[in-house]
Amino acid sequence: MTINVSRRGFLKASAAGTTALLVGVNAKGVLAAGSSATAATTDLNPFVKIDSDGVVTVIIKHFEMGQGTTTGLTTLVAEELDANWDTVATDFAPADNNRYANLFFGAQGTGGSTSIANSFMQYREAGAAARDLLVRAAAQSWGVDASTITVENGMLSSGSKSGHFGEFVAIAATLEAVAKPAVKTPDQFKLIGSSKLHRKDNTGKTNGSAMFAMDVNLPGMIYAAIMRSPKFGGTVVSFDDSAAKEVGGFIAAQVLPNKAGVVAFGKNTWAAFQARDALSVEWDFSAAETRSTDAMIADHIAMLDAPQFDANHQVPLASVASVLSDAAKTIDAQFTFPFLAHAPLEPENCTIEPVGDGVRVHDGCQFPTLTRPMVAATLGLDPAKVEIKTLYAGGSFGRRANAASDYNVEAAMAFAVSGRKVPVKLVWSREDDIKGGYYRPMSAHRAKIGLDGDGKIVGWDHRLAVKSIAKGGPFEMMVKDGVDPTSVEGVAESLYRLPNMGIGVSDFTTAVPINWWRSVGHTHTGFVMESLMDMVATETGQDPIEMRLSMLDPAGANQARMIEAIKLVREISGWKAGDTRGFAAHYSFNTCVAVVADVTVEDTSVHVNKLFMAVECGVAVNPDVIRAQMEGGAGYALSAIFRNEVTLTDGEVDQYNFPDYELLRNIEMPEIEVAIVASNNAPTGVGEPGVPPTGPAVANAIFAKTGKRIMDLPMTKAGFDFV
Amino acid sequence: MQYQLKINGETRTVDAEPGTPLLWVLRDELQLTGTKFGCGVAYCGACTVHVDGYPTRSCQTFVEDAVDTDITTIEGATDKIAQAVQEAWREKDVVQCGWCQSGQIMSAIGLLTENPNPTDDEIRDYMNGNACRCVTYVRINEAVKLASQKLEA
Repeated sequence: MTINVSRRGFLKASAAGTTALLVGVNAKGVLAAGSSATAATTDLNPFVKIDSDGVVTVIIKHFEMGQGTTTGLTTLVAEELDANWDTVATDFAPADNNRYANLFFGAQGTGGSTSIANSFMQYREAGAAARDLLVRAAAQSWGVDASTITVENGMLSSGSKSGHFGEFVAIAATLEAVAKPAVKTPDQFKLIGSSKLHRKDNTGKTNGSAMFAMDVNLPGMIYAAIMRSPKFGGTVVSFDDSAAKEVGGFIAAQVLPNKAGVVAFGKNTWAAFQARDALSVEWDFSAAETRSTDAMIADHIAMLDAPQFDANHQVPLASVASVLSDAAKTIDAQFTFPFLAHAPLEPENCTIEPVGDGVRVHDGCQFPTLTRPMVAATLGLDPAKVEIKTLYAGGSFGRRANAASDYNVEAAMAFAVSGRKVPVKLVWSREDDIKGGYYRPMSAHRAKIGLDGDGKIVGWDHRLAVKSIAKGGPFEMMVKDGVDPTSVEGVAESLYRLPNMGIGVSDFTTAVPINWWRSVGHTHTGFVMESLMDMVATETGQDPIEMRLSMLDPAGANQARMIEAIKLVREISGWKAGDTRGFAAHYSFNTCVAVVADVTVEDTSVHVNKLFMAVECGVAVNPDVIRAQMEGGAGYALSAIFRNEVTLTDGEVDQYNFPDYELLRNIEMPEIEVAIVASNNAPTGVGEPGVPPTGPAVANAIFAKTGKRIMDLPMTKAGFDFV
Repeated sequence: MQYQLKINGETRTVDAEPGTPLLWVLRDELQLTGTKFGCGVAYCGACTVHVDGYPTRSCQTFVEDAVDTDITTIEGATDKIAQAVQEAWREKDVVQCGWCQSGQIMSAIGLLTENPNPTDDEIRDYMNGNACRCVTYVRINEAVKLASQKLEA
């Protein structure tokens, strides 16, 4: 497959004109079409562009961090357009909060595993509208009835006449688009659901030509690295750059305007790193976090005694105590989770380029809706003067989307103190990344589950303490009655029928910046809920799968989907009564994933042999991308639960780089079998939902083999090692 | 200092401070940005290039030590083995974010050059030095196997 279009045979059409047909939405959010010749003077921002030589370009409103969105959105347009898949090109959308908004957020951004789900009808309708325009244009051109025209692989035909898309774009661009075009029914899909489509980013990412943000090279560009406070929240008092001046290629060092660090400029990345490392900085730690990890864990646990907020208004936590005191038996458990770094393999970086009286931001930009105004504010510019050039992102896992737009703002500050004359590329080292915060927050959970004489759950007291991600920033509007939903998600909307479940939550406070990390609150809530379910099954002598099925209501839409996923994983794994493998299932980002983990434990050495995963994510637009996201999500979970943690000593991060924050390695990767539930439900997320159930499935398998219940993560704390 | 380096069959002259890692000379001076920076401590393999035919971590290779060697980067990986590996990578849809994949591919070419018909265990052991944060290992191993079959055919 190639995305380079052969221009042979299209030459005649190209010579005839250079107009391209654009189909997208106008300022009112209504589907509209237009010509590239007049687009600059209209308010049309396209989702699809078809030029006179027949090249179809899909404009991708989401960024690509590997999750497959360029392939996914292209599939939606190409399906309805009946384009030739192999020749469809892609381009990233500019910053435009209205027309390129994530329809679930009402703002432009990628996250929450929503790219396909929010775009599903929008991109299909754009493709269908473009197809309809081309058909009407061909009918006019050929003097035939539109109903006689068929479209296939980028070609229109009627009787003996045929022509490629490009031949009709000039006429099509003069026609009015229909606002609500008819889209295909699932039985008409050729591309949606096909496992034969190859990724659109395959070629560039295997020959070195794909452009990531860190690959930007601009004339006159200088490089920047920042010395940040070794304790979170510290500020610069003074600095000495005399040693930095000895570094070849060093240009200058300056305090950042917000005093959060000192930036060293160099003629290349290496010079900037070397000069930065040679800076000597005096810090003010009066507002800094100075605790060590053990004290912070103890502080989380202490907060469990008196939760600040009730997260289930139907069942106040205080009302559960009497139910539990009447219970025949109770299960008590407490869990703790560490800070985790996202560690995208391309470290954070951003280039700010002066353009006229504004700037261009080169970034693997996950949240243009935040980055644009924050860079503008940092530089005292009108946001309209900030252009965003989105490039491929070498991973994110949530890191590149944060309320502070931290590294974008740092780059803007560096650009500001540099004199704003030349492009400035800010590059983080891996040490900057591991030590730099914006972690998955630490958390602690405590649960008391009451069972009656028959082993049925009669009450559940669930408490947790975690720093809120949403509070105190642009995501504050997510908070309801004091409860940040990302703190309790996965507990509060558990699909299981759990009577008398009270949930109390406390907001931990620390200067350590925290952030969403692939699957957000579900990273800890999924582990806790599915470990607890396993404990209930063990205590009551029930099969873990049968017990869960009995606690799901087939009349509930999502419960029914979860039942399907659980039954499918039971089938592909050949699960039997008395099975000594581990099981877990979790609902997140509107998707149901069920996992069976097969592990071997010798003494304290654990090897995960195989994971069986079943996913219900609605219509499977790109089944192979879904499988890849389940494989990757599972692997991402494994290194985290095995051994990853960011710890602090007197407020300073102990880890520095991959040798002590070890990613999952090739030889540790289990075999994975993924099955997708056949579904005509609207598509739901796949980037994150593979993460939450993987950890508890492995933990439950280790329990089944050893009788040892893992409650403090990572698992190395329980004395296990992984081989 | 000026250095002459032989990269992808061409002699290139670069200005660099002694001690500069080859990685940054490739990326910042020569705009050969297919070679990636992942850790800077030879632990992840994203910066893997071939020096005299052997997969080498360019983040730990000083520019002065690269003089008088034959350097091949992903941009110059075009021989029969490289083509088989790249085709296999595309057929198996290995890539996700893609940042590690240049290094993975350079290592895979190194493996198949040394050992045209590796076993599954040999593939995993050899490729173990290249970390993938998106965890594409299952497909990496399948693609190496497929490339080996393509070369046999």
